[in-house]
Amino acid sequence: MSRTTATVAASLPDHWEELVTTALLGTDRRTPPGVAPGPQAPSALLDAAAAATVRRRAGLRPARPAERLRPAPEDPRPALPPAAARRLASLLADRPGASGGGRRGTAPDLMELLPQWLQAANARGYAAPPQALPALLDAARGRTDLRPAALRFAGPRALWLARLNPDWRFALRAAPGGGPSAPDPRDPQDIRRLWHEGLFAERVTLLTALRSRDAAAARALLEETWATERAEDRLMFLDSLRAGLGPDDEDFLERALTDRSRNVRATAAELLSALPASALAARMAVRAAACVAVDRRRDVPAIVVEAPHECDAAMERDGVVAKAPTGRGERSWWLGQLVEAAPLGTWPARLGGRTPQEIVALPVGDGWQGELHAAWCRAAVRQRDAEWSRALLGEPSAPEAGGPGAVSLAERARLLAALGPGERAAWVAGFIETHGLSEAFQLLGVCAVPWAPPLGRAVVDALNIARDAGSYPWSFSGVMGLAERCLDPSEASRLDALLAVPDEPEDAAPGAGGYWSEAFQRLVTTLRLRGAMLAELAAEEPAP
Amino acid sequence: MTDQGVRRTVDQVPATACDAASDRSREPVPGGADEPANGGAAGRAPGGTGAELAASAPPVSPAALRRAERRAERITAGATELEQRLADLLRGGLITAEQSGPALWEGTAARMVDAQAPGLAHRVRELGALAGAGADAPVRLLEECALLHLLARAWLRRDRLPEPLAATVRSRVGLTASPDGPAIRDDWLVLAQYDTSDSRLTTRRIWLHGTASGRTALLLSYGPAGRAPDLTLPAGLALDAELTPYPGAGQPRMVLTERFAPPAATTVRPPGTTTSGALARYGAALRDDPWRESVPVTLERVVPVPDGDGWQLADADEDHALPVGAAARNRPGLWRLVALSGGAPVRVFGECGPRGFTPLAAWGQGPGEAVPLC
Repeated sequence: MSRTTATVAASLPDHWEELVTTALLGTDRRTPPGVAPGPQAPSALLDAAAAATVRRRAGLRPARPAERLRPAPEDPRPALPPAAARRLASLLADRPGASGGGRRGTAPDLMELLPQWLQAANARGYAAPPQALPALLDAARGRTDLRPAALRFAGPRALWLARLNPDWRFALRAAPGGGPSAPDPRDPQDIRRLWHEGLFAERVTLLTALRSRDAAAARALLEETWATERAEDRLMFLDSLRAGLGPDDEDFLERALTDRSRNVRATAAELLSALPASALAARMAVRAAACVAVDRRRDVPAIVVEAPHECDAAMERDGVVAKAPTGRGERSWWLGQLVEAAPLGTWPARLGGRTPQEIVALPVGDGWQGELHAAWCRAAVRQRDAEWSRALLGEPSAPEAGGPGAVSLAERARLLAALGPGERAAWVAGFIETHGLSEAFQLLGVCAVPWAPPLGRAVVDALNIARDAGSYPWSFSGVMGLAERCLDPSEASRLDALLAVPDEPEDAAPGAGGYWSEAFQRLVTTLRLRGAMLAELAAEEPAP
Repeated sequence: MTDQGVRRTVDQVPATACDAASDRSREPVPGGADEPANGGAAGRAPGGTGAELAASAPPVSPAALRRAERRAERITAGATELEQRLADLLRGGLITAEQSGPALWEGTAARMVDAQAPGLAHRVRELGALAGAGADAPVRLLEECALLHLLARAWLRRDRLPEPLAATVRSRVGLTASPDGPAIRDDWLVLAQYDTSDSRLTTRRIWLHGTASGRTALLLSYGPAGRAPDLTLPAGLALDAELTPYPGAGQPRMVLTERFAPPAATTVRPPGTTTSGALARYGAALRDDPWRESVPVTLERVVPVPDGDGWQLADADEDHALPVGAAARNRPGLWRLVALSGGAPVRVFGECGPRGFTPLAAWGQGPGEAVPLC
């Protein structure tokens, strides 16, 4: 036996392939080199293979390197304080479903806190820890709403990384200059070359970025190639002028009113109507004013409406859509479009020098109120007019504010956006005090975070009332979730009294008290966590 | 070493319970596929240790001695049967083995369990997983068959081996040894902690670096399938503790015998080597233990580089590279490593073996704790 081993060992070099072939076919069919056929052949083959295996492993050499990567660009921003870096890791590790089971109990929903964390970190200009970038990109991939803040925080190294992993391509599309051969968008030469030669997505990104920096330059760039663009591209490019829209854009938009494409014409008209000083706005003002007047012959002044009888070519050129949707009368359809596009400043002069409040309060004849007020709402939103928005919203405590009045909740939410943050919060607080939480979700969504103290108090009081009424907390889970994310963290201490399980009223849903206590516990835990989170980010340079 | 010897060790570290030997009722526990399986395996029979392990131990009772002898005989019978089966296999050719699938190996593995040789059983089961493992399956199959043959052979002739190699053979076969010191007190930097599991067992591996001694240590801890083992150490922090090595030439396994202070931050990083240095270290380790699948190594100044479908770690200052092992390619940790590097050199700790490098922890160029990659 030992003799055989020695023989094989002597003949070892370069026989590995032969050993593998023999092993595959079997010693009955083939005899390995240097081994006598017979009953000892398999054992001798294994001896040889064992020696060869260990020899091969012991003699391993490194491989030749593949082409090295170009290093990622420097990120000049300061590093996160260590506690904040650990917090980020824990927020990113909390994936939906990770806790198993639907009900979260008292544990905070960490993933929901990520947007706030990112916002706070971006506000302080911190750099992302490099090792957190993969999880950050994965999170942004799953949630498009996170992308802008996540990518801004992730910084230049994330784009470098995204080029290496197809899962993260979205980051290159979303980020300006994220393309593989992105030029420096500050260099006019590079800008023009990319504009003339780039892919559609790159061009949209370029135009949007340039528009946010230099509105006139972006418009000039677009005018250069406007005549040769395809209709659907023209529509997308025109849409990017929405940001930073100003009186200087009027000439260009006025020309676009004669565009071959109807969608382009409509968009141009819409943009012009948002410029109250534009010629189009003035034409619309004349048309709309012809339809709406105050009837002074009655005892109580009232608005009378005479809707247009036709939609002429000039109206169509200014963006009025002639064909009404199914089920709507043509004349009211045209009226709505005229009033929506007319500058709101038209109305006080036209309607007897009244303020917007007084105008909205006027009765409207012949059942035109709904149509007219809805059109004014759209105009107030489009023209971002705070005074008209306030007038149309009315008093939050008014009985019709809670019901399906002339102004729907969705319209109210949009009108609220035109008000300042403090006024907005106060209006929603007043609404909740009168009407409770069941209709408040949409309105709360437009309020500034963290909620102003009066609004926070109103929400907590309303939750307390809902609990005392004995219903289950998940009827309010939407508002609860918002409260966790939006209540000011300093309110946490005021909530301590709500944590106990209350005595159940006789008519309460069974067990509701326990669930409420759990829901309030989660609210308080989440608020404390948010407080800690912000404090960590505010921390000075870490101790050495 | 006796039964009691094992128990005493366990009693000393009740909180860690980091050895399967503490659970006598369980099935034999083989070491993992890709690490030195020294120890870590309790026999099914109550007398898990044999007389032949007792070279330096106090006198043992005649009953324990008889039990140990009986077990050694059964293992010898098992090893002989394994040799026979391997010879039959090679006679007919590995092609037939590939065609008959894992069932063939399961049967042999069960025979090795009966023979109370869990180390052999584990290797046989791994062979079953290899069949159909892609283009290099025949090569790997022959390598593993040959190493299995070498182990069975080594067991049958263990009396002619030098004692350190004999100890390695005993633990590779699946006989439990006890840590026999001398104990090393040091500030141990926790490099990495990761779990692997099969249908019966979760195995936790914790790699430590002695900041003063320079030693690298491996702690193993076990839990039932689906449950995390008890021992948890925070990666990136240093632990003032005493570890006791297990016997066996060149193997890194130790047991945590005492802790002196809570884990604390440290700025120490393990010293590193180049990719050639890492392979040389693996080659040298095979001298003591030819069954070694990998060695723990820290690479200094390496850059992750994409290479086709996979990745390499390339020396920043030399024209050499190590492929990243196939198993590590799809782990999120690899992307953390790439992000940490950003194309610049980093220091990486991991396991280096014939099928590439498995990164487990890394340090960027700036200050900062180890970034776990596993």
